[in-house]
Parts: sequence; structure tokens; C-alpha cells
Amino acid sequence: MDFFNYWVVIALMMTGLYIVMAQQNLVKKLLGLNIFQTAIFILYISVAKVLGGTAPIYTESATLYSNPLPHVLILTAIVVGIATMALALALVVRIHGAYGSIEDDEIRDRSKQ
Amino acid sequence: MINHLPILQVVLPLLAAPACLIFVRARSIWLFTCLACLLTFGISVALFIHVSDVGPLSYEVGGWPAPWGIEYTIDSLSSYVLLLVSAIAAVVILAANSSLGPELPERQQPAFYVLFLLCLTGLLGIVATGDVFNVFVFLEVSSLATYALIALGRQRQALWAAYQYLIVGTIGASFFLVGIGFLYALTGTLNMSDLSERLVEVEQQQLLAVAFGFVVVGIALKMALLPLHGWLPNAYAFAPSIATTFLAASATKVSLYLFIRLYYGVFGAETVDALLPVSIVFLLLGIVAVLAASLVAFRQSDVKRMLAFSSIAQIGYMAVGIGVGSTLGLQASLLHLFNHAFIKGALFLAVASVVYRTGSSQIDAFRGLGYRMPWTMAGLVLASLSLIGVPLTAGFVSKWFLVLAAIESGLWVVVLIVLVGSFISLFYLWKIVELAYSKSDSEANTNEAPPLMLIALWVLVIANIYFGIDTRLTVGASASAAATLIEGAPW
Repeated sequence: MDFFNYWVVIALMMTGLYIVMAQQNLVKKLLGLNIFQTAIFILYISVAKVLGGTAPIYTESATLYSNPLPHVLILTAIVVGIATMALALALVVRIHGAYGSIEDDEIRDRSKQ
Repeated sequence: MINHLPILQVVLPLLAAPACLIFVRARSIWLFTCLACLLTFGISVALFIHVSDVGPLSYEVGGWPAPWGIEYTIDSLSSYVLLLVSAIAAVVILAANSSLGPELPERQQPAFYVLFLLCLTGLLGIVATGDVFNVFVFLEVSSLATYALIALGRQRQALWAAYQYLIVGTIGASFFLVGIGFLYALTGTLNMSDLSERLVEVEQQQLLAVAFGFVVVGIALKMALLPLHGWLPNAYAFAPSIATTFLAASATKVSLYLFIRLYYGVFGAETVDALLPVSIVFLLLGIVAVLAASLVAFRQSDVKRMLAFSSIAQIGYMAVGIGVGSTLGLQASLLHLFNHAFIKGALFLAVASVVYRTGSSQIDAFRGLGYRMPWTMAGLVLASLSLIGVPLTAGFVSKWFLVLAAIESGLWVVVLIVLVGSFISLFYLWKIVELAYSKSDSEANTNEAPPLMLIALWVLVIANIYFGIDTRLTVGASASAAATLIEGAPW
């Protein structure tokens, strides 16, 4: 179980990608995309953890700290993810207004008309 | 002052984007955006001259020295691509006000200009920065703006195209993020020049291969390299014409720049090829892209979609140049990156003029336009000649270098592919030109395109001819960029 975090990352990543590809519903696809992105966040955070290290706040009692940089990077990536999700959901609302459906196959049919 | 230009190049359009909202009328916002784009272009010219005269520039953002802080580095390659992207933006935005008139309601037009500037910021940022995580951020800035730009299209399919591109684009950017995450885990740095030094010492070759794989696939998605091109035709066909013009001329080029920068400049082509057969894959995919996408382009009845498939084929030529693997091959790719931006910019702008006058980009709408819109169609014909690669046009120069590179490496197949690809492009472009110069029965009183659209079109057309005759700028800059990258001279 040494690499427990990484197995979780792989499982979540594959689950997310599978949902994106297999689901017909546009919102469910986005949920899959979100799971996929979250897996990447966990990957970065796991990489940064130093065994036995504490939170990177300077104190007299600690000598070993976790690496704060990937955490900061992931804060940025989370913001990017939120922006993407907001834009995607807004698009789904507009698609629903224009096509009257949020199912992939129905929209494809109606696009051809 | 010159020391601050690398950051100003990116920050100027970034700050101009929200500043657009100070104005109320779409026309004033357009004028303001023109000014911002012209200034951005001016900065890139100053950077280009400085880099070619004096040498690379480095800027430490916030005064934090690299590798701790984010470093912006402008060398011969990045100044060359910055010049291209900002020039295209400055020319295309001239035509935006006229072109958007019939395509976008006036109250939505401010959004277009804000998104345009944000997209430009992202593209310039990718080129200027020397930090791989910063690249990811700018990749997403430009991508998010692009999704919204595409969704502004008139037809409802535009929304669907934007959604599909969003899903694929986010997966691509996420793959890139995974790749640089692995690289950070291996080396502990995100700074490009630092990475290139530390990657040599990495012992976990397997993890390195995985990291390269994620990065390459992620960028290839954004670049629309053949099997990953699915998002491109719909996105280009349904976006507002002027947005298509800008994206076709700049977005895929910047992704290609990013690939070249990382593959040659940071990872080192030999290091990557020892682990993954990237150059062979690029050669094969490029060849398939040239042939297949050109044939599909021939079968399209919508001209925007035809040109979109043609763009996929042209990306194929650039991939072939990288696949050849020599300095000359890389130089051919860089030349085609530059020349193709002007070719496709001119072609899509001519189509934008037709959409402005006839309201359609179907090929039937072109019937008889050669007589009613003579200047637009003359521009289209000249740009088509450049795309085919007729001598004295820019398209000829880049294909000539590609053929030279192929002969130098003994890859006669590539020479054949370039000829066949050009031949097919002659056929699909001829379909348009033939209709344009045939007599039409309709009595429609279509006039010439508005003056600003014509000016923008002809600036691009003249650039095509200029860079076909006087090749000092393009050949010189691409030669020095290719030499620096291949010989591994660090930044």
C-alpha cells in the first residue's frame, strides 16, 4: 500500500475519462471531466507530501516540511477548473435552449437537420 | 525600458481586455482594441529587433530570480512567433468591426473584443513564458476565451462545436498538466532552462517516458494533429468568421511552437526519441494528415469547413518537417508555421467578406462573385496560389525548404507527398475559383466588401507575396531559431 494515493489517482482518472467518453448526457460528461481533473490535483498534492513532514509553516519544533509549491500550483489549477466548469455549464444551458435537449445523440441528430 | 517589454507584451492585452468595458458603444471598443493590438504589435517588433541585434532577453516576474520565480525568456524562436501572432491580431482586428456587423448583435459585440484580447493574451503568454506551469495557465486562458469566441457564432451548431472543443481541449490541457507534474516530481523544477539541465541527470527513464507521452499527446490535441483533429472542423466552420480567421492563423501555430520549444529546447529531441518514437510518429501522422485531410477538404461544400480541413493538412506538413528530424526540417516547419498563418488568414478573411455580403459560406454562394467582388476574389486567388505553393509566394518558400530537407535526409516519400498534397489542394481551391469566375444567373446586387475588410485582406495577401520574394526575414529568423534549438544552445 505504499503507493495508495497513486492507485487512487489512476482509478479516478480512468473513471473520469470513461465517463467523459461513455456518457450521452452533457452534464454527466462534465462530471466525468471534473473527476478526471480532481485526480490530477490529488496527484500533485501526493507528490508534494514529504513523509513525516509537517505543514509548511515555520515553527521552532519542526525540521521537516512538505513542499508547498505543488499545493500553490494546484490552487491555480483548481481556479482554472472552476472557470472551465462554469463556462461549460453555461454552454450546456445555451445548448438546452437552442436544441431542447442535453443528450449527445439527440443534439447530433438535430444538428444535421 | 527594453527590459520590461517581455512582460508588457503579455500584460498589455490582458489589461486592455477588462478596460474595454469602460466604453459603451461597440465601435469605440473596437477602436480601443485596435489600438491595444497595434501597441502589442509594436512591442513584438521592438523585441524582435532587439533579439536579432543584441541577443535573448530574460525577465524575472516580480523580481524573483529564476528558477524560483517565473521567468519570461525571449529568444530568436519566441520573438519570431510573438511577431507573427501579434501581427495577425493587429491585421485581423481591423476587419472585425465590419465583419461582425451582420454576424453578431450589437449588444454582444463588446464580449467579442474582450474575448479576442484574452485569447491573444493567452497565445502571447504561452510563447513568452519560460515556466512550464505558466504555460499551462496561459494555455487555459487562451482556450477558455476560444471556447466562448466559438460559441458566439450565429447558428446553434456553434454552441455544440464549442462544447465539444471544450471537452477535448480540457482533456488536452489536463494531459499536459499531468506531464509537467511528473517532470516536476522527477526534477523539482518548472523553469524551462533549469528543466533542460536537470532532465539529463534523471535516472527513472520509464517515468520520464510517461511524462513525455502525456505532454506530447496533450499538445498534439491542441495542435489538431491528425487523429486528434476532431474538434477543429466544426469549431472553424461555426465560429464568427473573424474569430475563425484569427484562430486559424494563430492558435494551432502557437501549440506547434509549444511542441517545438519543449521537444527540442527543453527535453532534447534525442532524449525523447530514445524513449518514445516521437519523430517517426510525427512523420507518419503528418503524411497521413496531408493526404487524408486534403482529400476530405475536396469533398466539402462549405468553404469554411473546406479550409478547416486544409488547415489540418497544413499542420501535417509542419509535423512532417519535425519528423524529418534535421535542422533543415525544423526550419521548414518554422517557415511553414509563419507563412501558413498569412495564407490561411487571407483565405479566411476573403471568406469572411463573402459571408458579409451573401450571408453564406456555402460554395454555391461564390458563383459569379469574381465579377461582383473583384478585389476580394483576386485576393482569394493569390492566397490560394500561395497555399498551393506557386513560386514567388510564401507557400512556395516553406514547401521548397521542406522538399530540400527531405532530399537531404533521403526521404523521397516526403517529396512525393508534398507534391501530391499540393496537387490535391489545387483541385479543391479550383472548385471555388471556377465558380467565382463563372457567370451567375442571379440578379443579386452584391458589392465589393467594406474597405477595412479589403485593406486587411490585401495586407495579408501582399505579405504572402512579399515573404515569397524577400525571404530574408523569415528564412533568417527561422534558421537562427532552428540552429539554436538543435545545437542545444541553452537560453
